[in-house]
Amino acid sequence: MMFDVIGQWLNEQRELFILNFIDESRWKLLLTGLGNTLLITLFATLIGIFLGIIVAAVRTTYDKNGEAMAFHKSIGYYVLKIANVLCKLYLTVMRGTPVVVQLLIAYFIIFASSDNGIMVAIFAFGVNSGAYVAEILRGGIMSIDNGQFEAGRSLGFNYLQTMIYIVIPQAIKTALPSLLNEFIALLKETSVAGYVGLVDITKAGAIIRGRTFSAFMPLIAVALVYLILVTLLTWAVSKIERRLRKSER
Amino acid sequence: MKDNVLIKVENLKKHYSGGKVKALDGVNAEIKKGEVIVVIGPSGSGKSTFLRSLNLLELPTDGKITFDGEDITAAKVNINRHRQKMGMVFQHFNLFPNMTILRNMTIAPMKLLGKKKEEAEAQAMALLNRVGLADRCNAYPSQLSGGQKQRIAIVRSLCMSPEVMLFDEPTSALDPEMVGEVLDVMRELARDGMTMVVVTHEMGFAKEVGSRVIFMDEGRIIEEGTPDEIFRDPKSDRLKSFLMKVL
Ligand SMILES: Nc1ncnc2c1ncn2[C@@H]1O[C@H](COP(=O)(O)OP(=O)(O)O)[C@@H](O)[C@H]1O
Ligand SMILES: [Mg+2]
Repeated sequence: MMFDVIGQWLNEQRELFILNFIDESRWKLLLTGLGNTLLITLFATLIGIFLGIIVAAVRTTYDKNGEAMAFHKSIGYYVLKIANVLCKLYLTVMRGTPVVVQLLIAYFIIFASSDNGIMVAIFAFGVNSGAYVAEILRGGIMSIDNGQFEAGRSLGFNYLQTMIYIVIPQAIKTALPSLLNEFIALLKETSVAGYVGLVDITKAGAIIRGRTFSAFMPLIAVALVYLILVTLLTWAVSKIERRLRKSER
Repeated sequence: MKDNVLIKVENLKKHYSGGKVKALDGVNAEIKKGEVIVVIGPSGSGKSTFLRSLNLLELPTDGKITFDGEDITAAKVNINRHRQKMGMVFQHFNLFPNMTILRNMTIAPMKLLGKKKEEAEAQAMALLNRVGLADRCNAYPSQLSGGQKQRIAIVRSLCMSPEVMLFDEPTSALDPEMVGEVLDVMRELARDGMTMVVVTHEMGFAKEVGSRVIFMDEGRIIEEGTPDEIFRDPKSDRLKSFLMKVL
């Protein structure tokens, strides 16, 4: 009697599994979704690093060297001052509005003429991530004792040399773990990418659910994929962190 | 250069908070080649601000600083070139923690003076020998005592062959038993004819090594003279009461 019930339940699950993943090769949809999620995350990360470095460079140069540039009446100071204001504006907007809204604005307003959702998503998530990367990098640089900077400058290194030879190698060590965690967070954030007519892993689950009218299997499958990815990446980050700590002096 | 003046400071002012705080309030000074100038004064009197203005780590609000005959407070001055000639030693050493002692000492000569690695290392080792730390050349700063760190900081600056050395309370962060070893190095440096500006509370050092002593209070130079004049025959009440407290 007991065994009959369990057997029946298992049978149902098997049928649901086949319906959701095997019939009409629905698993391929999940695979496509996974590919797009990874693609968007990877390229958004690259854009984020690129923008983050530029914005962090402008902001920290203004903070640490602006006064000296003004003192020596360098024209670069005025360029820097304007760039700094623009960077602050960028940071405020990117961190002050939800990424979904930014994504929708990118798709329906900025790139209204394009329906390449993946490119738009890469752009939107990359530009958004750049703001967080910038603040993490700036935080890393500002966390290094100003005495290090002054020691470099007093030896005769110029601003850029002091940053490159003395400050940044130390700042990277502090900033790297937060930076890697930012990219893990970005992977999860891309789950709203389906809003702009592309199939990421979350959207793939939703499509299957719409066709099979069963919620459990596709949603759990999607959740598991994220969980596995994030767990793997987190494990890698903790390894890197441990290695950094070992090399700490 | 007239009278061998290396650094000339004219009417130097440094204000904070829109003029409410006057860290320097019109300082005039001349530092000649080979002189050891000792700067004394109560805490907050502007000694560090004065010293750090000499290589423009602090940017003056007003006034003029001439180094090697060039006005370094003028617009478009390449201050980096001048700083190579002005070594600076900090209270908290500021060694680079991620580099070995040898790398701490060779990075600037290699990157800035274009010295070959072997040449820079030979020079560094010779200096390390002089301060008795050659065996620590491959250690990292965190593996050294405070006294050792400060001796390294001094020879790191010397690797750039500076014309003047600036010291901001180089022994104030040290345990008492380590003060002597650092002062010994500074004494030897003075004996070799190095031009030095030293902010310190070590009155013994000031008397013995100083060619001139400057007493500062509230952002001004109140009195200056030979160690004998300053310590045996103080004129101003402020200096008298300061000496009462520290001697
Ligand atoms: N960044 C700053 N902002 C405001 N006030 C400052 C700053 N740096 C120094 N001061 C003030 O300038 C005065 C002189 O400081 P300092 O040169 O460090 O004195 P000292 O080295 O003789 O102890 C002090 O009153 C100090 O509070
Ligand atoms: Mg001081």
